[in-house]
Formats: sequence, C-alpha cells, structure tokens
Amino acid sequence: MRNITHLKLHEKGVIKGFTDDILSVKLMEMGCLPGTEISLELIAPWGGPIAIEVSGYQLSLRRNEASSILIEG
Amino acid sequence: MSSKTDLKIALVGNPNSGKSTLFNFLTGLKQKTGNFPGVTVDKKSGILKLPDGQVAELTDLPGTYSIYPKTLDEQIVQEVLLNKDHPQHPDKIIVVTDATNLKRNLLLFTQIRDLNIPCVLVLNMMDLAERKKLKFDLRALSIDLGVKIIPTNSHSGLGVQTLKNVLTQELRVSKSPFYPVKELASETIEQIREEFSLDEDYRAYQYAQQNVRLTFLVESERERIESIKKQFGFYDVPTQSQEVLGRYALISEIVDRNIKNDVNQSLSWSQKLDQVLTHKVFGYVFFAAILIIIFQAIFAWATWPMDMIETFMADISSRVKTTLPKGVLNDLVTDGIIAGLAGVVVFIPQIALLFGFISLLEESGYMSRAVFLMDRIMRACGLNGKSVVPLVSGMACAIPAIMATRSIDSWKDRLITIFVTPFMSCSARLPVYTLLIALVIPQKEILGFINLQGLVLTGLYLIGLIAAILSAWVLKFILKTKQKGYFIMELPTYKIPQWKNVLLTIYDKSKTFVLEAGKVIVAISIILWVLASYGPGDSFNNAEEIVQQKIVSEDISEDFETALSAYKLENSYAGVFGKFIEPAIEPLGYDWKIGIALITSFAAREVFVGTISTIYSIGADEEDELTIKEKLSKEVNPKTGEKMYTPALGLSLMVFYAFAMQCMSTLAVVYRETKGWKWPFIQTIYMTVVAYLAAFITFNVFS
Repeated sequence: MRNITHLKLHEKGVIKGFTDDILSVKLMEMGCLPGTEISLELIAPWGGPIAIEVSGYQLSLRRNEASSILIEG
Repeated sequence: MSSKTDLKIALVGNPNSGKSTLFNFLTGLKQKTGNFPGVTVDKKSGILKLPDGQVAELTDLPGTYSIYPKTLDEQIVQEVLLNKDHPQHPDKIIVVTDATNLKRNLLLFTQIRDLNIPCVLVLNMMDLAERKKLKFDLRALSIDLGVKIIPTNSHSGLGVQTLKNVLTQELRVSKSPFYPVKELASETIEQIREEFSLDEDYRAYQYAQQNVRLTFLVESERERIESIKKQFGFYDVPTQSQEVLGRYALISEIVDRNIKNDVNQSLSWSQKLDQVLTHKVFGYVFFAAILIIIFQAIFAWATWPMDMIETFMADISSRVKTTLPKGVLNDLVTDGIIAGLAGVVVFIPQIALLFGFISLLEESGYMSRAVFLMDRIMRACGLNGKSVVPLVSGMACAIPAIMATRSIDSWKDRLITIFVTPFMSCSARLPVYTLLIALVIPQKEILGFINLQGLVLTGLYLIGLIAAILSAWVLKFILKTKQKGYFIMELPTYKIPQWKNVLLTIYDKSKTFVLEAGKVIVAISIILWVLASYGPGDSFNNAEEIVQQKIVSEDISEDFETALSAYKLENSYAGVFGKFIEPAIEPLGYDWKIGIALITSFAAREVFVGTISTIYSIGADEEDELTIKEKLSKEVNPKTGEKMYTPALGLSLMVFYAFAMQCMSTLAVVYRETKGWKWPFIQTIYMTVVAYLAAFITFNVFS
C-alpha cells in the first residue's frame, strides 16, 4: 500500500484511507479527508518531517505520522 | 474585572487565523494575562467597549482546529464552551476564520454553532483572499450557515467597527443544528439529554464523547455516561470520524457553492520563499544566522540598557540609604528589597529583546519553518523542534528562554526543555568564569595558536550544552505522559509582521515576568539579606568592638568599615552556614569562605564575585577584578600552606557554576511555568548533584 511518504517531491496523490484510527480523526479535522488531493511540498533532511499541500494550505507532519495516510494507486 | 462587565464575549478560532491581532484591535492596551483556574494555561482577556455603552469582557481563547482537544490549551476551549457555569463561559462568541482557507476553518464554527451559543462569524484576512482571487457570496453564505458574517482585515482594522456594532445586536440562535448529530447515536444522545436536562443534541453528544475529560462532571456523572454509552453501543473514535466526515461534506458543498476561485494558482511567493528557507543547506544557514543575531542581541545589545538599569537602581539605593535614618529598616529596604527589585528589573531588556525576536519570527510565519527543519535533530535527544529557540536563548539568559517554551504544545517536551535549559551557560556565569580563569589559568598558547584561557571558556560552554542534551535524553525515558504527542502542524503562509502585535507581546511578557517571578525573587532576596546581615550570639552582636580591638591588637592596616563587613559576614547566619557546610564541600576543594559565596550566590551567580570580595575584604570597589585577582592569588590554604586558588580549585569551582542551579530568578520562572514547586525543586536537586559530582571529579583529576 502506498502512503504519503512514498510520493516524490511535488507529486500529487489522492487520500484513500488511514492506518491509525486516533490519528486519522486529527488528520481529518485538519482537512486530510479521503478523496482529497494532496501534494508533497517539502521534505526536511535526515528523515525529518515533511510538508504536504492539502485543501489550500501547507501541513507539516513527522514521517511516522505521514505514513499512516494511505494514497490511491 | 467580571463584576464590572455587562457581558462576556469569547474569541474562538484556528491558530494562525489572525485571532490575536483582532483581539489586540478590539481591546488595545486594556488587556491582561491571567490563568484559567487550576490549569497551566494563560488566559488573555481584555475590556471591550461596545458602541451602545455596554462593557464586555473579551477572552481570547487558545487557538484550536476543532472542539476535540489535543493539547491542554485546546482542552480549555472545550471546557469553557461546554460548562455553562465556567466563569469564562461566554454570552456571545466571535468565531474567527481565515477566509483564504475557509473549509478547514469552518469545521470548528459548525461545532460551536451546534452548541447554540449566540455567535458571529468573522471572515478574516479578506485582503489576502482577494489577492488569491477568491470571490465570496457573503449573503448566500450567511444564509447557508445560519449566522451573521463580518468580513474583516485585521491588518488594517477594516470591518472591526462593524463587528462591534453587530455584537450589540441580539445574535439569533438557530433552532435546527447545522449537522444532524442525532443520526449518529440517537439513543445515547436522548438518554443523556434527558438525564442531564440538556437543550442541545450536540451538547449531549459531547458529554458522551468527552465524559472522561470534562472536569466539571463529577465522578458519578462520568460513570453514568459511561454506562449509557455501553448500553447503546457508543464508541468514541468511530463516531468522531463519522461526525468530522459528515460536517466536512456539508461544509464543502456550501463553500463550493458560494466561493469561486476561477484562477489557477501559480506558485505563490510564499512557496518560492520556502524553497530557499527550508532548503537542506540554505535553510540551516539562514536559521543559524538568525540564532546568531538573537544571541548577539541578548548577549551584547542588552548590555547598555542593563547597565543603565543597574546604575539607576544603585542610584535609588544610595539615595534611600542617605535619606532614611541608619538602621535595620534602612538596610532592609536598600540591601534587601531594592537589591531584589534590581535583580528583577535588570532582566527586562533581555526578556524584551528575546520576545521581540520570537514574536517577529512567529508573526512572519518563519518560526514553524525553523521548527520543521530542527525537529529531527532535536527529537534524537528527546526534545522537539520547538525546543531550539529556548535552548539557544538559554545561552544568554535562562529566564526569557524558559518563558519561551510556551510554544511547545507537548507537555512532556516542554517540561524537558524547561528542565535542561538552565544547563546552557548563561551570561551571568561569565563574570564568575572570567574571574576564575584569569586567576588560575595561565595566559599561554597551545599548539602555537590556541589561547588556553579561551579554550577553557569554550569548554565550559560545551559542557553545559552536553549536560543539557544528555539530561534531555535521559528524561525522555523517565518521564511518562498520557498525552500523545503530535507534530501535525500548519505551516502558515509568510506574512509581514505587525509591529503592534510585536510590541504588545514584549509588553505582556515583561509585565508577566516582573509581576510573577518578581514576587519570588524579592522574597528570596530578603531572606538572603537576613541570613547575611544577622548572626547568632555575641560574636555577631559585638562585631564593631571586636573588629576595633582586632585592628588595634593585630595592627592590621585595613580600613575599619571593610574589615567590619568581612567580619560580620563571617559571623552571620550565612557565615555560620558556610562553616557548617564546609565538610560537605571540602572534597571539592572549597573552604567555608567559598561556602558563603555559594550560599549568597544562590540569588544569582554573579553575586559570587561580590561576596568573595567582601569576605576577603577587598573594599568597596567590587568591580575591580584586578584587585580581587591579586588578593585571591595571595590567599594561602591553612592546611597545606600552599596557594589556596590552585588550578584544580578554580576548575572545580567553574565546573560547579556551569552545572549548579544557582539562580533564584530561574527558579521563580520555572515555578511560574510549571505552576508548582515540584519541578523547580527536583531541578535544583538534580543540578546541584550533577554540579557536585562534576566538581568533585574535576578537583581530584587536576590536583
């Protein structure tokens, strides 16, 4: 299953689902809803956080958090 | 304050929605920072005069993305909104949203609306929305959402007057909820509504969702709710995601219908800036440059206002000393109270500068980028991206640094940062270091170009940094937390900072420090003054005669006043205590004279220099390091008959000061930030133990 961390820089993806129930509520509150298009915008070096563009703004999250967001395809 | 006001209004909204700017617009300088009862959350409130003459108490509630709390700050929002008996429970709510990002911002609004508290919706940052070519049908939006809408631009203040006018009107409360929550769990909601006699479905639903969290419910009520939930099969998390999804579906439809965005977005200047500022090389270079500027400012630029304050306070002190009749009262006021006050106000320039910078970084949107860049490195040692600024500021002064940990949402990460920041070598250690380095470290070069004295000083800064990192790493495993830490954080677009907000932050932080930490500092100063100016028995009470005799009989050429103060200090409680602890500090190479200095310099590290000069009766001019140095280098250890201040002793003392707490202002600030004596107490013990052991090892290695 592909998740957000598998995207390349500036690559787009569509959210399919989540692997962590509790985290998913927080992510959905922040606008990461299933069916929403996101794109990977920034990657901090050495395995640091990443930032995605989602519903018109930038959201940063740690890699382990990002890997809980599954994408289609 | 609440007794004089006609109504209570709360500002609620997402972080970065311009809520605080709007708050500043509405209240101006008539605001204050207090505490929400019983929790470590700052309460910002102010007076808002409405056009019809009503006076409202406006509370700026912490920013949150939804009514479901993730942090302590967000829990307050929920508590205030759900508990109708809460002292801050609002009569009216201003929901502030970022118009450029309305979908996400409206989630919180729809939740609040379904609690049936009269509210008005503010679409803030309309100027930015226009630049983004967004077209709003405000009339239709207002009808669809069932609320009055005010477009504002909190940069220029456009729309603020309209908002004030609307607040005087009766804000109609909608009858039907925005989102039909009852479909999710009709039996549970009905049962709770009936038993707790609640008017709204959503309120009852929140009781079900949050029964363990809501502090205003008593234990039996929580248990009752729990059994209702069991009975009807109510599960928190799945219903919560269903609710969020359902709300977003409704919001999306409304927003898409009423807001048109016909231009395809090209790369915004904010994104272009990000490509440089979060670059894997330039990003760190830029951040390092910013840190150097901040460090330079607190370390160097703050010196002249600090000197001015010191001179000013010394001036007041000497004036009072000559005006008041000689005696205990005079000494108490000058050496106790004014000295304590001086110790408080002298930090204002550093606090003001640091918070000026932090506020600028936050206002501009850069701060979250710095956090983004630093998180990985800091996480390796048990800290958080947001710990960087406090740690670096700690090299100038731990007091503003600890106050700056406020931005760390995770309590565990924040506590660890507070705990380790005082290990960073602050500017107050410098006088101690310079005196001792000059005394015991020879002025010579090693390898032809490295100055030995400079090397020792660098080493002292380094061991502080290492102690901070190691302690943080250890604490990471010791501290347990119920709260799950997130790093899900919005990166706001870059904005031009607003000077008014920056200045208000500076004013607010300085005031908080003077009032809150000031109390403790003045109290400890007075205690230390008593300890140093009173002593037990005849040897203290007849000090003047004894010293007089001594000077005559031993034919000492010393000045009477100087000799007297040295004698008095030796026989004071502090002196007695210094002798008392001598056996304990002997393994470190210290004698009772240094013991006294250790005790008095608990007020602040730099007091060490002053105390040492009093003990060795160096005369009034404490500042003259040369004389101190000469005197100390002649000091002989009575036991060995050799020089007292050997390199081993000097290094041992420096290491002790590098690690020991020895700063009551820090203690006071930790007390304030952790809301209790537990952490400052543990921290002092820990730091003192580390300092003792390190000094012991140093002394034995070098002697």
